[in-house]
Amino acid sequence: MSKQIAYVRTEMLPQQAPPSTSVGAIGWMRANLFSGWLNTAITLVSLLVILTIAVEILPWVLSPTWGGTSLNECRELLAAADHGSGACWGVIRERWIQLLFGFYPPELYWRPILAFVLLALALAPILFADKVPAKLLVFSAAYPFIFPWLLWGGMIWGPLAAAAGFVLGAIAYRVVSGAFSSLLGVIAGVVVALLWWLLLSGFITGLLDSILPIGLEPVESRKFGGFMLSITIGVVAIACSLPLGIVLALGRQSDLMIVKYLCVGFIEFIRGVPLITLLFVASTLLNIFMPPGTNFDIILRVLIMVTLFASAYMAEVIRGGLAALPKGQYEGADSLGLNYWQAQRLIIMPQALKISIPGIVSTFIGVFKDTTLVSIIGLLDPLGLSNAIRADANWNGIVWELYGFIALIFFFFCFGMSRYSMYLERKLQTGHR
Amino acid sequence: MSELAIDREIDRSKMKVSDEVSIEIINMNKWYGTFHVLRDINLTVNSGERIVIAGPSGSGKSTLIRCINRLEEHQSGRILVDGTELTSDLKNIDKIRSDVGMCFQHFNLFPHLTILENCTLAPIWVRKTPRKEAIDTAMHFLEKVKIPDQANKYPGQLSGGQQQRVAIARSLCMRPRIMLFDEPTSALDPEMIKEVLDTMIELAEEGMTMLCVTHEMGFARQVANRVIFMDQGQIVEQNEPEEFFNNPQSERTKLFLSQILGH
Repeated sequence: MSKQIAYVRTEMLPQQAPPSTSVGAIGWMRANLFSGWLNTAITLVSLLVILTIAVEILPWVLSPTWGGTSLNECRELLAAADHGSGACWGVIRERWIQLLFGFYPPELYWRPILAFVLLALALAPILFADKVPAKLLVFSAAYPFIFPWLLWGGMIWGPLAAAAGFVLGAIAYRVVSGAFSSLLGVIAGVVVALLWWLLLSGFITGLLDSILPIGLEPVESRKFGGFMLSITIGVVAIACSLPLGIVLALGRQSDLMIVKYLCVGFIEFIRGVPLITLLFVASTLLNIFMPPGTNFDIILRVLIMVTLFASAYMAEVIRGGLAALPKGQYEGADSLGLNYWQAQRLIIMPQALKISIPGIVSTFIGVFKDTTLVSIIGLLDPLGLSNAIRADANWNGIVWELYGFIALIFFFFCFGMSRYSMYLERKLQTGHR
Repeated sequence: MSELAIDREIDRSKMKVSDEVSIEIINMNKWYGTFHVLRDINLTVNSGERIVIAGPSGSGKSTLIRCINRLEEHQSGRILVDGTELTSDLKNIDKIRSDVGMCFQHFNLFPHLTILENCTLAPIWVRKTPRKEAIDTAMHFLEKVKIPDQANKYPGQLSGGQQQRVAIARSLCMRPRIMLFDEPTSALDPEMIKEVLDTMIELAEEGMTMLCVTHEMGFARQVANRVIFMDQGQIVEQNEPEEFFNNPQSERTKLFLSQILGH
């Protein structure tokens, strides 16, 4: 019996190539498009549907109406070219600059353009840390002060004084945390910075403004509009909501009762209220609570509200990432003697944020699209402007072209963010866990 | 589970137990909620001792060694490590943790860092060692656990046995005076258990103070100088390995040994 089942292999088989029908283009099509009769049928029907839609839409898109200056002129152009129905692209040619910049003074367009070019430069070392020299991070740190100065103008001393507050705070932290504990250092840093901003900086900037009036021509907030406004709100809300969200998520997990319930209360309140409501509060109610005569810039108010709104969602996304981390990671960090902040910074957050990338980017995209809601409180974002354009007698009744153009630009940004998140996920992939 | 052949002579020349007390646990109690997990634990560990803690699952052995670097908090009694008492003072806790190395059943390596970064992280951030020096130390210990060629890979790319050896090297990079092992081989294939045990034996041969929760009775017999048997949160019996295995005193120990060694 045992003689019959005994078997010994004397030579090992070499590796062989897979059959040609399972690799390459043919293999891909077989696996993905024509793997069975049902799949084949679905493939063919889908191709037909796509083709029909393309045949219907393409002539409309490719209409020769770029020269039209009003809806009527467009119709004449279409009739002259015997084109049938078609889009009236004249409105985009005539108004695209307005859709980008709103009512920003045309002779100052270089300022937002420069601001956004510098934005790309400031983001590069953060988004592509392995390809861009880390020295550029110095510029990234300075950018938050350059950006508002370029857009709103005014004396250079204001942003410099704001930046000086951070520098003074950092110095105070260094000195005190070196001499005493790091907690006292943080407190000293915050106190010094606040004292500077609240008491001294106003006086000193006023003095410097009168002695050395270096600055740009100021532009009022109500002249802001178009995609410039959307991107400004979007970028600020995105950049501020991530760190705020991290702090809130950690606070929600804190052992300190009061910190924990403050964070829970904030998150649940903000998530329970529509953004529109918060924007209305920002635009109307907030002024009631302010001392009379204070002029609290409307865009600043919107920025704060959108940031708070986004950070509550961000906190929950990051909490999900924290919850997905095995307890062993905390224990591993603890057992090596890392303190709470070191463990968070070096071990927990890098992993929790990596897990949360899809959720974080979804929130970013959501926030960017939500910036269109500011049109409801009278700010002229692209949607607000499109209403203004449609009210123009020349373009009364135009719909698809305007909204299509706005949608295309939004899609461009959102798709870009989505692709970046996929790139980042691939880059941070470090083998199966 | 049972006896794993340790196929080499063990050099006992440096395995000296000194008179110096390393860990002292006095009347320690711990509860999970209302459940009394550790009951009146008294244990003194001298420097250079190799102690194996055995017992059925749920007997509190892991909890006991996790109390020593305060991954678990005890509610009454005292624990002193190298003369420093474990209290809620965070500075003491971080100090003790950096002097006490720990290896876990599931390794708990940091998957987002390379092997080398795993090993240099704590020396750089906790000990403030210069990076260059930390890397040298890390490579030294990675060579010791025989995986210097994997230094730039990520933990996910290594086998379980290799990961556990990296975890040991990571602890050693902090130059600990005491090493705690919490079932270091329980999640490993038999082939990999041996490579981890070999590393632990080498460590014992160099005179490291070790507390080891394990089911590897071969290791206990040949390396430990004391075996502690726990049941229901209490130390039921402790003895030298020879006596412990050949002449167990309590009924509970006899039953446990017959089950673990019986087949």
